[in-house]
Amino acid sequence: MNATCERGVNALREQIDAPVASFFSSCVSCGLCADACIFFQETQDPQYTPIRKVELLRRVWENEYTLFGRLKSMAGLGNKITDEDFTDAERLVYDSCTMCGRCSMVCPVGNDITLMIRKMREGMSAAGHAPVELIGAAKRHTKGNSPMGDLSKAIQAQVKHASAETGIEIEFDKPGVDYLVILSAQEIAEYPEVIGAMAKIFKKAGVTWTISLEAFEATNVGIQIGNRDVAKYLVTRVVEAAERLGVKKVISPECGHAYQAMRWEGPNLIGREYDFEVVHIIELLDQLRAEGKLKTSGKDSDKITFHDPCQINRRGGINKEPRRLLNMVAENFVETDDAGTMNWCCSAGGGVGANERAADLKNAAFQLKKRQFEKVAPDKIVTMCAFCHHTLENALEDNDMDIEVAGLTEMMAEYLVDED
Amino acid sequence: MNNPNFDLLMFARGPLFDFALLVFVAGVLIRVVEILVLGRKKDFSKAKGKPVQQGIKTIFTRTLPRPGAIKANPITIVGGYVFHIGFFIAFLLFVPHIALIEELTGLSWPGVGRVIIESSTVLAVIAGLALLYTRWRDPVRRKLTTWVDYLVLVLSLLPLITGYVAVNKLFGDPTFMMALHILSVDILMIVFPFTKLMHAFTFAMARYYNGSIQGRKGAES
Repeated sequence: MNATCERGVNALREQIDAPVASFFSSCVSCGLCADACIFFQETQDPQYTPIRKVELLRRVWENEYTLFGRLKSMAGLGNKITDEDFTDAERLVYDSCTMCGRCSMVCPVGNDITLMIRKMREGMSAAGHAPVELIGAAKRHTKGNSPMGDLSKAIQAQVKHASAETGIEIEFDKPGVDYLVILSAQEIAEYPEVIGAMAKIFKKAGVTWTISLEAFEATNVGIQIGNRDVAKYLVTRVVEAAERLGVKKVISPECGHAYQAMRWEGPNLIGREYDFEVVHIIELLDQLRAEGKLKTSGKDSDKITFHDPCQINRRGGINKEPRRLLNMVAENFVETDDAGTMNWCCSAGGGVGANERAADLKNAAFQLKKRQFEKVAPDKIVTMCAFCHHTLENALEDNDMDIEVAGLTEMMAEYLVDED
Repeated sequence: MNNPNFDLLMFARGPLFDFALLVFVAGVLIRVVEILVLGRKKDFSKAKGKPVQQGIKTIFTRTLPRPGAIKANPITIVGGYVFHIGFFIAFLLFVPHIALIEELTGLSWPGVGRVIIESSTVLAVIAGLALLYTRWRDPVRRKLTTWVDYLVLVLSLLPLITGYVAVNKLFGDPTFMMALHILSVDILMIVFPFTKLMHAFTFAMARYYNGSIQGRKGAES
């Protein structure tokens, strides 16, 4: 076993806790997780059975954390992990898993396989087996300010543009406001309209907010690559900015894994509770709706369907909020099959979208989504994750499907009541 | 009087049974404790839902499959239900078994009639064979299944089959068949802590953790 392999095994060891041990003890190899996996569904290749993807973690657990396994290891019968094992796992752990979480919902013994994939990735990256694109993104983000490179000029230009368009002043690093808005690189680069949309909604609702030039990026490639140190470093930037500005809340944007990173993993990465709360933009909009501070007029007459981002709904618990909002502005809102908690992934989350090697698998996986959309035949697909938005837009185009994709925040802003 | 079948029966229900019970109880305890001592880190994220309640709830709710699952995997799911339910009816509601449990623990409950016991046994065996078949034929399950999995499934069926044969005196010497029945139970108890049979205890922990992790986020489980 070489040094990097040893590092990988050590990282896997650190991931083993009572839940993992209970999961592996309980698995009866029934194979029901396979049908929950979009990659198995569209390829019918048994290697993509979710529980198989975490086999290395299982072996570390069996060899070192069970009495019987330890006895076997002592007798020299243990199943030693080699660098080749890590190489073999790459395609299973990164290319054919978006960490969508469907397998964790169907396992009859209750195994959270997705959580174990997240843990597996810690070992994979420590052993030097993470996809090069994600490593590149991590380098760019830790050295600079976003996984796409330096976006500080871009964010300033987009904010300036949004201010000019809406006539609303947006100040950077403004102390004394209630909310800190963070954005995903995808929004800054591809869907900057969301900035103006928030400005309009927040002005009407009386929400005070700012964006920090020190920490405007919400995405966290550390979560996708499986590197706690990177993830912690990136979360810390936002935490420090938020606590320095003294905001009451940080608004997690329309981005799936950013919500996981900021809302759920972040406090555990830094090892303490935040001095502020984290709220997802759609949770906040729904709260403003309930308080009567978000009023709309008119409705979109298009046939509209909604795409649930896995990390925000299934893995994040935000399910009814977007539907209540969408019903305010959509006259003809039709759900696809399996919509809501058991929705199928757009096919490119969890780092798959950035991973060139996974391109064919991603395209194969999208076919499921494609069939669901074809059945509903919507004019427009609304979602609440910029990366789902990006993935769907590209995949629809590649598949010659002429359907518009829109962000929910943007759509709410479009129908905001005019009178003051 | 020298009856080897009787001696075998006495051995199977005497010293071997005691040994098997010891391995079973001690083994299960060790396995459960070695999971629990690993613990889990305190979660610093502010809970949105109710992790403890949802964890407990999930122990029960995960018993039911999601809509559409039966259609996709009829043998595994229907076979799984029939096997488990049939096995437990035969095991826990057969009057002589209850008498044995009362002798060991002092606990007792009413049993059910022979017709129910015997039809449950037959259905459980058929379901078990169907489960074996799908493990062998289905590419997903075939790839997941190790020789221990096949062994465990066969060992789980043996007490049902031998019990049925012994009680109905279908063939062989009844004393010998009864000895085989108890032997098969002894073996099942001995292998239990070292195999996936442990799921019978740890499933509740796994479901609890899954439910509590999702519950913290206010997400479904």
